[in-house]
Order: sequence, then C-alpha cells, then structure tokens
Amino acid sequence: MGHAQTHAAPVLALDGITKTFPGVKALDGVTLELFAGQVTALIGENGAGKSTVVKTLTGIYQPDGGRILVDGEEVRFPTAQDASAAGVTAIHQETVLFDELSVAENIFLGHAPKGRFGLIDRKEMRTKAQDILDGIGAEIDAGVRLKDLGIASRHLVAIARALSVEARVVIMDEPTAALSRKEIEELYELVDALKAQGKAILFISHKFDEIFRIADRYTVFRDGQYIGAGDMADITEAELVKMMVGRSVDQIFPKRAAQIGEDVLIVAGYSHPTEFEDIHFTLRRGEILGFYGLVGAGRSEFMQSLIGVTRPSKGAIRLNDKVRVIRSPADAIAAGIVYVPEDRGKQGAILDMPIFQNVTLPSLPRLSKNGFTQMAEEFSLARQYTERLDLRAASLDTTVGSLSGGNQQKVVIAKWLATQPTVIILDEPTKGIDIGSKAAVHDFMSELASEGLSVIMVSSEIPEILGMSDRVIVMREGRMVAELEGDELTPETLVRHAAGISSKGEAA
Amino acid sequence: MTLLKSREAILVGAILLLLALVASRFPGFVTPSNLVAVFTDTAPLIILALGQMVVILTRSIDLSVAANLALTGMVCALINVAFPGVPVPVLVALALGLGALMGAINGFLVWKLTIPPIVVTLGTMTIFRGIIFLLTNGSWVNSHQMSSAFKAFPRENILGLPLLGWIAVIVTLILGLVMSRTTLGRAFFAVGGNPHAAVYTGINVGRTQFLAFVISGMLAGLTGYLWVARYAVAYVDIAGGFELDVVAACVIGGISIAGGVATVAGAVLGALFLGIIKNALPVIDVSPFWQLAISGAAIIIAVTFNSRAGRSKGRVILKSAEHAQ
Repeated sequence: MGHAQTHAAPVLALDGITKTFPGVKALDGVTLELFAGQVTALIGENGAGKSTVVKTLTGIYQPDGGRILVDGEEVRFPTAQDASAAGVTAIHQETVLFDELSVAENIFLGHAPKGRFGLIDRKEMRTKAQDILDGIGAEIDAGVRLKDLGIASRHLVAIARALSVEARVVIMDEPTAALSRKEIEELYELVDALKAQGKAILFISHKFDEIFRIADRYTVFRDGQYIGAGDMADITEAELVKMMVGRSVDQIFPKRAAQIGEDVLIVAGYSHPTEFEDIHFTLRRGEILGFYGLVGAGRSEFMQSLIGVTRPSKGAIRLNDKVRVIRSPADAIAAGIVYVPEDRGKQGAILDMPIFQNVTLPSLPRLSKNGFTQMAEEFSLARQYTERLDLRAASLDTTVGSLSGGNQQKVVIAKWLATQPTVIILDEPTKGIDIGSKAAVHDFMSELASEGLSVIMVSSEIPEILGMSDRVIVMREGRMVAELEGDELTPETLVRHAAGISSKGEAA
Repeated sequence: MTLLKSREAILVGAILLLLALVASRFPGFVTPSNLVAVFTDTAPLIILALGQMVVILTRSIDLSVAANLALTGMVCALINVAFPGVPVPVLVALALGLGALMGAINGFLVWKLTIPPIVVTLGTMTIFRGIIFLLTNGSWVNSHQMSSAFKAFPRENILGLPLLGWIAVIVTLILGLVMSRTTLGRAFFAVGGNPHAAVYTGINVGRTQFLAFVISGMLAGLTGYLWVARYAVAYVDIAGGFELDVVAACVIGGISIAGGVATVAGAVLGALFLGIIKNALPVIDVSPFWQLAISGAAIIIAVTFNSRAGRSKGRVILKSAEHAQ
C-alpha cells in the first residue's frame, strides 16, 4: 500500500508494514509518516495496532513485510539498540525506570559516558544529565534517587532519557494517562519545546482534547489497517471518531435476542476511596450489560470490588431480592456471582494442576463433604463442562499447562460455568484472541444470556460492546458517565462519553 | 502427571543404585535389619520433609523447623523431669500442640503482616533457640533424668519396626490423604501453582499459607519429642542446621522451590535418599568431607534436573500451541 509524498520529506516513515501474530494480523500494510518539528497523533481504538507500531519502530518487533525508512533510506531495527542508534526513542505508558538508581543513572543507563579503564565517569554523567534536565526546563537534581520523585517528575526523567540518545523521533505512548491537569499542561509545553528543537513526535492518546491541543497531523488506524492521515486543521472531532470506529457492526456479532426477565442484581452507590465512586445499576435476567471506558477508567477495579477481592467503602447489592454482603470471592461464588478476569494467563488457570481440578476448584465447597473431595462428582462435573465447551484434551487428568492457549481459555471458562452462577462478569473476554475464537466467545455469551444467565461484559472494543450488549454503562475516571440503550448506542456517543467530550463536540 | 511419576521413578532408581553400590563394598548394609535401622534413623527427616513440603508447595519456606523441634523437645524433657508421672500420650499431644503454636506464629506473621517467609522463619528460628537457652540457662537434660517410659516410646518395636518408623509411615499416609483427597490439600496446590488465580476461585491465600505453617510446625513439634526421647538428651543445639537437610530432602524429592509442584512420595524419597547417603558413606569409609560434598552434589543435580524438566514442559506448550493453529 504505497502512499503519496507530502510537502516535506518525512524523517521516519513506515511503508506497507505488515505484522502477523498466530491467528491475528496486527498490522496490515500500514503507512505512517513523521516529520521534523511536527507532532503526529496516532489514533485508533484498542486493537487498532498502535502498540504494535510502537514496538516495530523501536526494534522490539520485526515486521513481516514492508519498509521502514529513515530520511528516505530503508533501514532495519533488529534490536532496540539499533532503533535507538537511529535516533528513534519511545517514552512508554508505564515508564521503565529504576527506583533505586539516581536520576542521572536512569538517564544514562546503558550508554553512560565512560572514563579511564572503561569505568563510568560519574561526574561527566551527572553534568550531562543536569544539562539535559535544565534544557527541558525540569527542576530536578540529577543526583537524587528516582524513588524520591513524583510521577510527573519521573516522566520528565523518562523524556530526558529519550533525549540523551540524540533522539530525532520521540514516541509518546499515552504520556498523560497518569498525570494531573497541571502536569499535563507542563507536558504540553515540553512537547512544544521538543517541536521547536526539530524533533519528530509520534503522540498516541485516546483523549481528543489532547490531540487537538498539541498535534499538527493525524494518522488513523483501524483493525491493523491504515485508514487515513492529514492535517489536524482540516478535520473535526466527529470526522475523526467516524474514521476511528466506522464499520458495520451487526454483521460480525451473533447476538440473539434473549428473553430479558426480572431484576437479578441491583448495585447501589458502590464507592471506593481511590478507585471508583457511586456505581449503581440494575442487571436483569438474560441481559448482557456492557461496561465501556478507556483503559484505567476503573471498570476492572469496580468488578473486583463487586466480587469481594477488594472491599468497597460504601454501597450495597441486592441479588435475587436478597441483600448480600460480599466479603470475599468465596462469598461471591456462593452467592452466584463469578468473575472471569482479564488477565487469564496470570489470574486464570493453575497450569501445574490437572484439567479436572482446575474446573472444579471454585465449586469445591459445594462438591466436598467434610473437607474431603469427591473424585467421582469432580470428574463428572469437569466432564460436563469441558464437553460443553468442546475442549479437546487427551484426558481430564493432564495438566492445563500442556494445553494450547485456546484450550486453556476454555478450561477457565468451564471453571466458572461449573459454579452455576446467576451473574457472570467477563472482563475483556476476547482480548488477545484471534477472530475465529472471538466469534466463538461471542456466540457462547449469547447462548449463556439466552439460557437466563445475566452477563456483565467489560470491554474496550467498541464493536464488541455495540454488537453484544443490551445496555451499556460508560465509565470515565472512576465514575459512571452514561447509561446507554437502543438508539443511543452508537460508536460516536460511546467515544464521546468515554473520552469526555460534550455532545457539542467540545472537550469537557 | 507422567512427568512427576517419572521423576519419582528416577529417584527410586537412584536410591536402588546407591544401595547396590554400597552393597558391593559392604553387603551387610542391605540386610533387612540394617535397612529397618536406616529407615528408622531417617524417620525424623521424613516427617519434617513432609511438613516442609506443604510449606514449600505454597511458595513459602520454614527455616524454623529444627529450632521448633529443639524447643518442643526440651519442653517435653523438662516436663518429664519435673512431672515424671505425665503419660507419654499426653506429652505427644502437647508436642503436637506446642509445635503447631510455633507454626501458627510463623504463619500469622506471613499472613497478616505479609513478611517474606524466609525472613519470618529466620527470625523465629533464632527466637526458639533463644527460648531454650532462657528455659535452661544452657544446661542439658540427660538420659538419667528422663523416665524410662519417656525414652522407650519411640523404640517400641511393633512387627519389627520401631514406633518412630511407624510414625513416619502414619504421617506419610495422613499427608498423602490430605494432599490428594481434601479441599485443603487442593488449596495448597492452587495457592502454590497460581496465587492470583486461586484468589478468584474463592481460596484465601494467606489463610492457606498459615495452615501450611501450622502443619509444618505441628510435625516439627512431634519430631521434637521423638528426637529427644530417642537420643535421650536435650540441649540448646540439638538438630542444629537440620532445617537445611529438610529443605534439601524436599528439593531432591522434586518439590519446586517456586511452589505449585510437590508429591508426598517425592518428599519421602528425597528424605530416604539423603538418609541412606548419611548412613551408608561412613560404613564404606568415605570421609566426612565427601559425605557433605556428595549430599551437596545430590541437591544440585536434583535442582538442575527439576529446572530442565520445567523447561521441556515449556516447549511442550509451544508445540501444542502450534499444533492447535
């Protein structure tokens, strides 16, 4: 997929880059151009391929096809060092820095100035670090330990580190996610300063107000494909949102109309001192309730509180007309609320355990007698649910670790269904799985709802939210900002509420 | 599962090979009566290794077992001296209770204060030994001060095996039942295998670790009485450094220091392997230096073998993942 040359020659360009992971085409012939002294915003939903682009640009991933051009010359970045040597540097979402080292050491780690005998010249390093910090207007002493700095200062250190390698291209991946208003303003000033120095900046953000504040150009990706690029001056928010989400949703999703019944779960005023406030909703029988929001909006945190992993400071729930107090996940399972965590690798299966034991683990209190497990009952329960999920394994006695990723997922889901829940919470149910498996998961969710289960689906993927949910709650910064249903459910409204843009199209 | 079984089969093979080597130099070693003696001599290590197995399985470690053993043994000995009339079963119950209490202290600190287990038990190890010193001012309780019933209990011969040996067998059977057939045993595996996942399935990870320490402490206390009665002496430093033998037995038995993988058979075989080395090498005139070196080499070989087994398991996952594509 070639792309016409724009006014000046780009410092860095991607031309027809393709990157495939098993079962997923993360990037499909994408184009991206970065110009000196300009900020280019990379815009796209989760899963659009933004992170893959960053990793390709910084030498972490090798593209399967296409060219990377620096000043029009084709280059390769076999390692992160090669990207760095070419002047491409990234400041990550979660800055990778070392608490116990000094600011100067953090800035120069891996490329410290060397003195006699090849030892680090600490004095030189400190002076150079201080120069860079002063140069970006950061009031930080290069000698202090990183752990004594606040989040914003750490960010400045990360930026200083990026500049210490004579960067020509600076990639900022969600740089404001953890910053306060004032710190964000300071970051903007810094970005302006970097522009003035002629750096080419790739700015990744979900927040439209930011993009319109500091970007000069935009590039939009969707589902790993290049959708368009241009000057910010020539586009409106509404048009950007349309480019970002525009696709026909209903074809992909097999949502069956389930019989929506009586109220099952009523949540009132759930609050947590630091993570979320006043979450309240009613979930009905057979309903799929979507929870949409940007990453870090507090959705998973609320769900964890709902199932007793953390305790809310306020709030109550009523399940099947009974007020329930849930103090632990065991209480939640006994009450009939189960949570399938987002990080199924880490929080899902126990790999060294046999399949049947994994499946029965949350159901053991019900299956055991006086603390003794009942082998026959365990096997029959495990068989029932693994068969239902069409799990292919030689024997239920084999360890989960010996199964493929997809089958491990099935074990995790079987485990939760085997508890015979009333409410099942699926956190990012299709994250990181290929398109075929996604459809299977969606089909299955639909089936669960039609059997009368109430489903809460936390998802950051707009098509999934729109395609599967009967109703959607949008969260932003720990609060419910909208509850949408029927005609209100459009990509534009979701993005607007989640990103905090008022209906007139201005940043809130 | 087959991997674990084959690992134990290899350990059995190693033990048989060891016995064959020793027998070629000194045939008397493999007579039934000597094997019974070796087994009985290894019984304390087996009991302690089973307790340690549960703790290591839940991603912890209990370095205080030998100190717990010494303190409980001393308390039993002191009670026996002061009140010779207290029957032995009462002393055994007391030893179990006192040991469990010390284990509970470890477990509580790990659970509620979330202090790393190695630090907690390093501390309590020193404290328990210190308490013995405070109780006795460093003096010994000797054989002539103990009642004959007190000393006779572990030596009681039933069907050719001393009671000490039988207790190791009984503890093995009980632990085997707990680990394979109870929800508690299942929780130990779950917590060790993946504590993050265990939380969501309704298992209280801290409480499970606490119970592991209680079991380890209880078995250490039991061993404390048996040890003092068998050797008919109690003093501050008995079983000094024995906690490392216990951990070594577990490691040789294929119990993963990273948690999540353990078998009762592995712990017992690991203890037997070490016990046979300790008993056999002096018989065939191997110098004490070589005894330590051989024990040490066995540990390193076992760990290397375990980590290699873990790695090849990783490859299997990839292969089947490819297969599934």
